[in-house]
Amino acid sequence: MNIQNAPGQQTIPRGHQNHNPVVALLLSLVPGLGQLYNRRWIKGFAFLIIGLSLIIALTLPVIHGVAGLIDLGDTPEKDDSRSLLVQGILSVIIGVIFLGLYAINLSDAFKDAKKRQQGTRTPSVRQAFRDSWEHGFPYFVVVPNFIMMALIVIFPLLFMISLAFTNYNLYNSPPAHLLDWVGFANFKALFTEAVWSKSLLSVLSWTVVWTLVATTLQITLAFFLAVLINDNRVKFKRVIRTVLILPWAVPSFMTVLVFTAMFNDTFGAINRDIFSHFGLSIPWLSDPLWARIAIIGIQVWLGFPYVFTLITGVLQSISKDWYEAADVDGGSRWKKFRFITMPHVLYATAPLLIMQYSFNFNNFNLIFLFNKGGPPVSGQNSGATDILISWVYSLTFNENNYKMAAAISIIMGIVVAAFAFYQFRKTRSFREEDMY
Amino acid sequence: MKRSLKSALEVSGIYLIVLIMFAVILYPLVWAFSMSLNPGTSLFSLKLIPDNWSLEHYRWLFSDPRSDYTLWYKNTLIVAVSNGLASVCLVTILAYVFSRFRFVGRKNSIYTFLLLQMFPVLMGMVAIYLLLNTVNLLDTFTGLILVYVFGGLPMNVFLVKGYLDTIPRDLDESAKMDGAGYMTIFFRILMPLARPIIAVVALFTFMAPFFDFLTPRIIIRSPEKFTLALGLYNFINDKFANNFTIFAAGTILIAIPIATVFLLLQRFLISGLADGATKG
Repeated sequence: MNIQNAPGQQTIPRGHQNHNPVVALLLSLVPGLGQLYNRRWIKGFAFLIIGLSLIIALTLPVIHGVAGLIDLGDTPEKDDSRSLLVQGILSVIIGVIFLGLYAINLSDAFKDAKKRQQGTRTPSVRQAFRDSWEHGFPYFVVVPNFIMMALIVIFPLLFMISLAFTNYNLYNSPPAHLLDWVGFANFKALFTEAVWSKSLLSVLSWTVVWTLVATTLQITLAFFLAVLINDNRVKFKRVIRTVLILPWAVPSFMTVLVFTAMFNDTFGAINRDIFSHFGLSIPWLSDPLWARIAIIGIQVWLGFPYVFTLITGVLQSISKDWYEAADVDGGSRWKKFRFITMPHVLYATAPLLIMQYSFNFNNFNLIFLFNKGGPPVSGQNSGATDILISWVYSLTFNENNYKMAAAISIIMGIVVAAFAFYQFRKTRSFREEDMY
Repeated sequence: MKRSLKSALEVSGIYLIVLIMFAVILYPLVWAFSMSLNPGTSLFSLKLIPDNWSLEHYRWLFSDPRSDYTLWYKNTLIVAVSNGLASVCLVTILAYVFSRFRFVGRKNSIYTFLLLQMFPVLMGMVAIYLLLNTVNLLDTFTGLILVYVFGGLPMNVFLVKGYLDTIPRDLDESAKMDGAGYMTIFFRILMPLARPIIAVVALFTFMAPFFDFLTPRIIIRSPEKFTLALGLYNFINDKFANNFTIFAAGTILIAIPIATVFLLLQRFLISGLADGATKG
């Protein structure tokens, strides 16, 4: 819906002292009337028609949806709480957009009336059209895309948050049963019931270790290799770089499965081809510690090429002058690396490196495909290599324990988002937004 | 003399490290390739190049009536091409708006989306399933493509916007003086200059459907609509050891074209990512 100045308004003589903005505001409680009062006929009628049809079409469904969201149905078998939840959330989203449009309508009537009162010249058709294109262009582009993103990104998030406050699990699943709101009970269980708190603690600590170790190793290796290969004396740079980014170029879900086969305890190539020469057979998939080592190794293999590419690009863009100046001052190679290369690279790549950490924190594919989170650990309902996300997956799709999965998801989401937000704010791209 | 000896030692040290990396990188890839040539279904192969190697698995994929491989390939290409095209169109225009216009919510909205996306989507998949179900897009390519395009939008817009920010605004100001409209500036000035990062986005979005098996696993139901990742995964998920050799063959036929495109675009990747990151 477009709230720009409709073409068709010709010049109006100066100031209308007794034109009252408040009246315009009150009139536009019915969309369009305020605009008509402002003598903006086309806009007024457009608002009136669109506004009234939206109100007529949407009010009842939205109220109905919100009501369903509140009580989640009252007859088992007939009312499916999940659908009520979906409809309810969608209703809330539509309702919010709706109220936003309504507010725009009110403020538009008020502003136009004020202009008219002060006798600001109403723009000519040409001018009005230009203005609307000028000011409206970003909105024409952004608004539809944001609505779609809200559906694909925000809606699922809201749905998940809602589930965390219901009692939805295998034994209480719609349509045979109705869901109920249970407040913070799931979160409480997570921290107080032994099975849950023990699993949560072990999964959480492994997730943190995994994220930090795997990502840091992968960045360090990439940085090291990028600097080495950037050395002027190295030839065949193109060939070397091509081979080094191969692990990135090959679809990762396939390489992980290949690795799974290679690490197989009995017939895997790693044990047979390499460790058998030393008389060793390492239980890669069945021992928690070895499984964790293997999985970190695989992630480093998979993940370093991206960072390597990134850092190579930055290295090539560092001006030679810096190094020449350092040579004049007699700086050692380590000093040049420490005070020129490192700050440049980290400065430039910080946001993307942060995303690497958050990527690994949520690296479901690798954990799931490698060993499905196993080997199992007794006394808890999570496996040894389970990170939060893979644990959530098995809770959701294997055990249908939606309520707990949702509660855990929320906790991990808050952790990652808070960490990323803090880091984003520290990086300069965030601060510089308004500099031009 | 001493200095050049030291230098030579250093360079050979570098080459040694590079060689070790080559071995580590190529070993699994070569192993997978040798598996695909291994007749039968066994994972046991004592040599890297099997004695009686054959192309039977490749032949099976294309000619056996039980094999849906070509169908999956076609499906994946449809999804990948649509995702690539739609994403490039939407991402570039959004990035242009975010880079060049001031409007309400400009500063925070994209970061909000980026942060929201850090919440794990797995649970959201249940919601997306229900949502697509209500609008009848479950088990369709359209549904899958929509999820890919809009799910990837925030990150890609962020990348391209960072790149566009590095292009001096004077360029579009002077074009504006000469009477160029927004669309002219966008298509004639910014798009050609932003080619490296557009190549990166095109590549990433094109490849996503090849890599991802989770989203199609939830959205796609009927076997004739499987994508490669989903199809191949089901292949070995049932009886792992039995079908691994065929899986390896199927995998290699995907890996080769993708890796080729990837390596050809290497130059763009390096410059595009670095410049986008510098200003990000």
